[in-house]
Amino acid sequence: MAKKKSAKKSTTRKAPARKRIPGPVSKERDKVTNRSIELLADSIARDGLKGREPRVDIPLRTVTNMKWNKKKRILEMGDSTQTRSLFNVGQARKFMQTLLLAKGSRELIKAEKTLSLRGMYYMSLHTIEGTKEKTFDEQSESDNILEDLEVSLGGLREELHVFAKKRGTMVGNITVIDNGDEINCRRMGTGGYAIPSICEPSVLQFKDCGADFVLHVEKDTVWSRFNEDRFWETHNCILTEGSGQPPRGVRRLLHRLNKELGLPVYCLLDCDPWGHYIYSVIKQGSINLAFESQRMAIPDAKFIGIRAEDYDRCELSADVRIALNERDITRAKQIADYPWFKDKRPWQKEIKKLLANGFKMEVESLITKDISYVTEEYVPARLKAKDFLD
Amino acid sequence: MEPLVTVATKKKTRKRTAATAETMAASQREISVSEFFAKNRHLLGFDNPRKAMLTTVKEAVDNALDACEEGGILPSLTIQLLQIEETRFKITVQDNGPGILRQQIENIFGKLLYGSKFHRMKMSRGQQGIGISAAGMYGLMTTGKPVKIISKTGRRKASHEVVLKIDTSKNRAEVVSDTEHPEDDKLFPDGRGTIVSIELEGKYQKGRQSVDEYLEQTAIANPHAEITYLTPGNETIVYPRAVKNLPEEAKEIKPHPKGIELGTLIQMLERTEPKSVSAFLQDEFSRVGQRKASELIKRAAKKTSNTLTPRTRISTMGHAEAEALYKAIQEVSVMAPPTDCLVPIGSKALLAGLLKEVKAEFFAAATRPPSVYRGNPFQMEVAIAFGGELKSEESARILRFANRVPLLYQQSACSSFKAVVETGWKNYSLSQPRGSLPVGPLVIMIHMASVWVPFTSESKEAIADYDEIRKEMRLALQECGRKLGIYLRRRQRMKKESERRSIFERYIGEISTACNAITGVDAKKLYAALLKQASTKTAEADQMLDDEGKVIDEGGRLTKDADVIILDDRQADPGIDDDDIDLFGGKTKKSTRRAGVSKKKSRSKKKARH
Repeated sequence: MAKKKSAKKSTTRKAPARKRIPGPVSKERDKVTNRSIELLADSIARDGLKGREPRVDIPLRTVTNMKWNKKKRILEMGDSTQTRSLFNVGQARKFMQTLLLAKGSRELIKAEKTLSLRGMYYMSLHTIEGTKEKTFDEQSESDNILEDLEVSLGGLREELHVFAKKRGTMVGNITVIDNGDEINCRRMGTGGYAIPSICEPSVLQFKDCGADFVLHVEKDTVWSRFNEDRFWETHNCILTEGSGQPPRGVRRLLHRLNKELGLPVYCLLDCDPWGHYIYSVIKQGSINLAFESQRMAIPDAKFIGIRAEDYDRCELSADVRIALNERDITRAKQIADYPWFKDKRPWQKEIKKLLANGFKMEVESLITKDISYVTEEYVPARLKAKDFLD
Repeated sequence: MEPLVTVATKKKTRKRTAATAETMAASQREISVSEFFAKNRHLLGFDNPRKAMLTTVKEAVDNALDACEEGGILPSLTIQLLQIEETRFKITVQDNGPGILRQQIENIFGKLLYGSKFHRMKMSRGQQGIGISAAGMYGLMTTGKPVKIISKTGRRKASHEVVLKIDTSKNRAEVVSDTEHPEDDKLFPDGRGTIVSIELEGKYQKGRQSVDEYLEQTAIANPHAEITYLTPGNETIVYPRAVKNLPEEAKEIKPHPKGIELGTLIQMLERTEPKSVSAFLQDEFSRVGQRKASELIKRAAKKTSNTLTPRTRISTMGHAEAEALYKAIQEVSVMAPPTDCLVPIGSKALLAGLLKEVKAEFFAAATRPPSVYRGNPFQMEVAIAFGGELKSEESARILRFANRVPLLYQQSACSSFKAVVETGWKNYSLSQPRGSLPVGPLVIMIHMASVWVPFTSESKEAIADYDEIRKEMRLALQECGRKLGIYLRRRQRMKKESERRSIFERYIGEISTACNAITGVDAKKLYAALLKQASTKTAEADQMLDDEGKVIDEGGRLTKDADVIILDDRQADPGIDDDDIDLFGGKTKKSTRRAGVSKKKSRSKKKARH
């Protein structure tokens, strides 16, 4: 009964006249996702009616449940799961929230629409009947539960028709088709092409790429420098930026550029533990989203710099040094201890040098030499010498 | 240099009147006890006008209660504080006791250190026999008014009204007037009793350490007594009788050999009738039989070169022999003194007393088995009241009692205070700052029953700190504390459980509608099924396991405990007609403020919750 009813609803909601490009994921994937949501709810209802305690198994997204696949050179999620049960004071609320979000994304799939994380938060937000309690207190609560839902359904955020706020920019010798619109990344002016948060092949297709490699820089300021100096033109490459820790969209795009177009990816990041970790995430995947490494990680990505030795090599002034604080030091040691860094001697040397220096350096520190030193001398020299860390 | 010399010569020239033995003897004379105390009245608790009032009431009430109990009469007392002037009061205490013979009146009320209680080892309120006469003396000194005593010993006997003045220099009473009332005067409804009236300079102030507090606590420790109190403000407060049985009469015992000092032993040797050492030991001490006496004498004989035998006459014994005997006593182990001389208030009566005067929700009592300090048997009792209308932000209130007499002053010097502080109340879910009293809605009542309560001073305000006493106090406190802990933890858990239940119930509705939206399952059916699960889940948790892993029902365990009373914390409205109400009667206040409101808040005994 109810099923029919909701189906009817969705048909009425659909705007009939407008030409629609199919959603972020294929109809087949939608069906699968829909089915797994139904299975989840069904098992809860079944348990409830039979007098068993309803529970959801959620794969753990922690360091302990993360495996380093040496062969594939990516991080993978282990088999440990946590059981979220309704009749547990600490889990009851989360249990309810999981189900609310499942219901929400099912409605999105039916309506063939997508929402931002914030939109999703509002969609499932209401006051619980008879109380003053809201279903979600803040967006971060719903974001977290949504990640749980992703892993427990084995689906991706995009497949749940939810996307994150977009971040990251691209220019370069490539033309892409984004939701049917052709975008020439060679003619993006000073702003560049904003990398969408969903970069699945169903949304974004590559067309006509002449670039030789991808240069990914840490943040927007450095990227602007490269773009203004038309670096991508002189070196025939694609220039991307991820505003710090790159979001999923950027990582997915880089992964696809690497895997589908065979472009090598070079990273220009700060010389500090955070820069090193950004590289690590691009290369191996993140601990939190280890389940997506398969689709995101670029095991062949290379680290161009900034290197700890650059202070001497480039004869930088003492002003650019930023002293390492205690947190930096612990983090650096932690990173050195990660299995994927552990048996790489150059990296061990790099981190040791960083700690020996006792200071960190930002990419911008090269500007002290000359405004375009980084684009005209530093990166070209590294590329030419094939002087990378792997 | 010159001036120095002159000074020296001046000094030399000053005459020094050296006292001779003769001149000194002229000023040496006996100091009467009364005179001594007249100068040192603070030792007896007459430091200031307010305390003097309290001490006077206390001495009179103690005597009245002792007299009634000895006479086997359920005490009914009336205490009146009549304000004559700003700082002048007339204190009248009437009892329904056996009365005092005419010829004894002067001695009892006019002589310090006269009494029946000093020379015996028996549990009683008074000990030395200074109290009431000292009060009379204080009154005389501050107002010049003598003490008035009216006593009647039987329905057919005439009552005597005697007015006494105490001659402090002679430690003797001077009769001012002596009237005989007709037999059928209406002064004593029970046909016997005593009325004492003392006029004194005093100060009436309510609150801590007041007469009001003293009487309230007396009512708690003496639930068998009915006390009527007429306040200076013309209020009548009645503390009704909560138990109808008189406490058992305390037996008199002889001193225990371990409890005496050398001086006392020598005094006893001097005072006793001529007999053999062996007979002396057996007659004058408890727990010394023929065999123990011989053992003591044999050991003492070894210490003196002479031959002390059981047949040695006491009159022939010198100081050396007495000392040898004393030392022998210290070395030989003697059976602990008999403890049937102690009459504790008893857990039931303790609870009854607390219940009627303290508005709390949880009551527990513990009576320790008798124990011994310095050869004196004693027994500790503790009762606690928690919650209800007690203030929760304050430190616990300690009610201290010695032989049923409330102790109001010098709390921190008292052994009981130290015992409360060193008890770990945190273990019983109460907060307790380091080195202080626990904080919470808690009243702790500590009672020490003993043939001789060791006070720190003659004004009987604090119990001396003997290790044995403090240990017993602590054990009794712990016993009560454990029960309180069980109760509090259970209460906490019940609260948590109900929170749990409400959490589940809150989310079940959301889950049912969400499942319905996704799969089309019947939301109502699912809601009912989940709700059922929620209540069984939380019910299971009610039966938590204890430390040893046994399933316990603490509510049941506590409610079965005779030494625990748990009241419903509900504020009963006057309309409820509950048979359990007025279990022990309640305090009825007929004050001008609350005229007509005589119905007390009904507090019913809690039914066991499972």
